[in-house]
Amino acid sequence: MLQVIFFNVTNGLIIGAFYVLLALGLALILNLSNVINFAHGNFLALGGYFAFAITPVLGYWGALIVAPLLTAALGFVVERLLISRVYSRDPVYSLLLTFGLAFVIQDVCRYTWGPNGLPLGIPDALSQPLSPELFFITWYRIFMVAIVIVAVAGLFLFLRYSRVGVRIRAGTLDLDTVSVLGVNVRLLRTFNFSIGCLMAGLAGVLAAGQIGLNPNMGDDLLMPSFIAIIVGGVGSLTGTLFGGLLIGLAGAITTVFYPSASEAVIYIIMAVVLLLRPRGLMGEEGMLT
Amino acid sequence: MSGHATEAPPVAAAAAGGLPRRLAGLAVLWLVLATAPLWMPLIGGYDALATRVLVLGLVAMSFNIVLGFTGQMSFGHAAYFGLGAYGAGLTLKFIAASTPLALLFGTLLGGVLGTLFGLLIVRRRGVYFAMVTIAFGQVCFYVAYKWNDLTGGYDGLRGFQRAPLHLGLATIDIAASSRVFYYFVLVIFALAVGAMALVLRSPFGRTLLAIRENERRARFLGIPVERHIWLAFSVSCFFAALAGSLYALLNNFADPLALHYTLSGEIVIMTVMGGMRAFWGPLLGAAVFVVLQDYVSSMTENWMSIIGIIFMLVVLFFPRGLLGFMQRRDAR
Repeated sequence: MLQVIFFNVTNGLIIGAFYVLLALGLALILNLSNVINFAHGNFLALGGYFAFAITPVLGYWGALIVAPLLTAALGFVVERLLISRVYSRDPVYSLLLTFGLAFVIQDVCRYTWGPNGLPLGIPDALSQPLSPELFFITWYRIFMVAIVIVAVAGLFLFLRYSRVGVRIRAGTLDLDTVSVLGVNVRLLRTFNFSIGCLMAGLAGVLAAGQIGLNPNMGDDLLMPSFIAIIVGGVGSLTGTLFGGLLIGLAGAITTVFYPSASEAVIYIIMAVVLLLRPRGLMGEEGMLT
Repeated sequence: MSGHATEAPPVAAAAAGGLPRRLAGLAVLWLVLATAPLWMPLIGGYDALATRVLVLGLVAMSFNIVLGFTGQMSFGHAAYFGLGAYGAGLTLKFIAASTPLALLFGTLLGGVLGTLFGLLIVRRRGVYFAMVTIAFGQVCFYVAYKWNDLTGGYDGLRGFQRAPLHLGLATIDIAASSRVFYYFVLVIFALAVGAMALVLRSPFGRTLLAIRENERRARFLGIPVERHIWLAFSVSCFFAALAGSLYALLNNFADPLALHYTLSGEIVIMTVMGGMRAFWGPLLGAAVFVVLQDYVSSMTENWMSIIGIIFMLVVLFFPRGLLGFMQRRDAR
């Protein structure tokens, strides 16, 4: 029993790590640009497929670095060409735009790489289990968690200390003032969007090594990421971080005791949070209206 | 939603040219709807497609109470639509083979649950309102998807048939003929749309416009903003669930995709495409979308791309929708 719980806790941490990567990118875009990026899960899938295409050329390690960067570059172009056009309009338009974009990207993936699942090969060293007793934990799982920790720490340090990061945080609170102070807000938003896509692309490469590739691999992760943001508190990236881990763990632990409720539990958590603490666990008062 | 204060009052806006033109417009509209089974085959349609237009038009119009008239962005209306469908289907399957009862229970299921959800979300605004409504929509999707014994899970709810109507003396056989069923749906549609128009023309409806245009000012005027948004959301959910019940009767089938947020997105695009400031806009949008979707998905496997591109083109080039576009040309 203990081993089963341990197994599911590690599972929960890993899936929570994916929620965190995806949700942090979503939250960045949501906070600064007031856009819900429905295509975020599709950027994740694209990251995975890019890695699949690059691995034969650059090998796994090259793909791990280049694929997220390609995703970020694509995000840059998409924001510039499409999403930046609707910032000044009612939010319903940006929602519809990213919704349509999600359809198109998913269809392009299906058309290019086929509707069936594809495996993404990982280095042999990573696919070994830790030890005979801990047979259910491969090095790859440890590796994924380590990469996610590095990426998230990097993102927080970037936002905390770099000039652009400070501007992004300031823009989240008051974009007009930041603009008046001479910051190129257009470029800031584009850059911010592509950071979000970078995180999604990285999550895609990591997820592809674990669960394989398919055109709608991001869909199952998108909704929990929304919930991670709602539970953690809109406007707080730290909240999103803990929200993602919380619902990942909660789902996994529920699997032990009552498997059919493992997906329901994250919605229950959301409902409870909305009832008892509408601004989310770490949300600022007033950020949600 | 601000910045449109100078537009014509939306209920009247379908034809901005005064009462005679408005009446003429309405007459044409109802004539077109009443004769739809006759001319639909000419453009490659069929009775069931015309019924689909009415049903999805009804859900889009009820959604527009929230989006176009109250200015709140719900992105989970498929949930209440789908709940209506399941409610009607389950009634026919397990309770009684009665069409009116199916409509009643379907509408109640979606409407009451929507009203309860509404309590949790009325304090949200803008994209956060949208996000929470999406999440709640997905709750319903997962329940329908997972509760295999009751709902049939992924395969959907099968094994029920709409029942003929018994009106005391006469029996109307809506079960056998899809044309008779079309007229049945048209009658329900007319009643529902009439009720909707009454709600929107009432002082309550006008207050919703005030909230849409300037929520802070509405609050200063003493309008209980949260309660009004909640009521509008609730009314909208009841109508959406009614449409969903009709949908289950139309297909003799209810599937979890009727609850999925993809359908919510399609409801939004129908509304925006037709014109969310116009009372009849969503119906026009639904007609265009449903016929286009039927056509495109029979033509090509890559219909998702085409639908996605339609989404993007509407947003980028027709943000005011078809009716909004015509109104602006009128105003010149």
